[in-house]
Amino acid sequence: MSMLQLKYSVPGDDFTRAGEASGDVKHKLKKLGYNPAAIRRVAIAMYEGEINMVIHAGGGEAIVDVDPDKVEILLIDHGPGIADVNKAMQEGWSTAPDNVRSLGFGAGMGLPNMKKYSDEMTIDSVVGQGTTLKMIVYAQSPKP
Amino acid sequence: MKINELAEALGWKKLTDCDGADREALGCYCGDLLSWVMGRAKADDVWLTVMGNINAIAVATLADVSAIVLVESAALDAEALARANQQEVAIYATELPAYETALQIAAALKA
Repeated sequence: MSMLQLKYSVPGDDFTRAGEASGDVKHKLKKLGYNPAAIRRVAIAMYEGEINMVIHAGGGEAIVDVDPDKVEILLIDHGPGIADVNKAMQEGWSTAPDNVRSLGFGAGMGLPNMKKYSDEMTIDSVVGQGTTLKMIVYAQSPKP
Repeated sequence: MKINELAEALGWKKLTDCDGADREALGCYCGDLLSWVMGRAKADDVWLTVMGNINAIAVATLADVSAIVLVESAALDAEALARANQQEVAIYATELPAYETALQIAAALKA
């Protein structure tokens, strides 16, 4: 059991609401007096995940477990899955459509950013079934 | 230097209720691709961009930049303005391009 568990439903195809879940997590971590550098890393990593679910998966679910020493973010969707995870992890590689690019997304930096800002990340994806992504950010991390 | 002082020194036009008087400008980042900004900008950077949409406000909040400056008088849409006011993100506009604006910020922060 974590100290605090937060659950969010991320709506699909709604870019105006993407960021509500990560914004709320940021706000709550701030109130808890969490390390500001860790809060920033959680917020960015989770927002990138939210955006991915909005763009690619028709939305999904986010479950965030907060403990004094770490934040665990679980992102679950039932979208098309990621055919080639290694490719998706490459900076600049993106399958985002043009309308998404015009909003400033689709630079192919989402997953690389999530890896960069989390201390641990695992992707479990099945084509045609969906993707479950887990990230851990430690309160005291050697990462900047 | 505080954001409101920097804005006054460089003649930026304030678009939001919030003027950034409580935020320090420690550096500057230029970019329009949102994930690029989230990957590279540092906390308390002034973010120079032409992206005036609601997603830019989310990025500014989550990446914790100290202000957004819309360069070349890029438009800020109404939805984004409302969200910025709600989230207390300071947004300014300038007619100058990102390059000149960044040079001016560098000079002001060095002074």
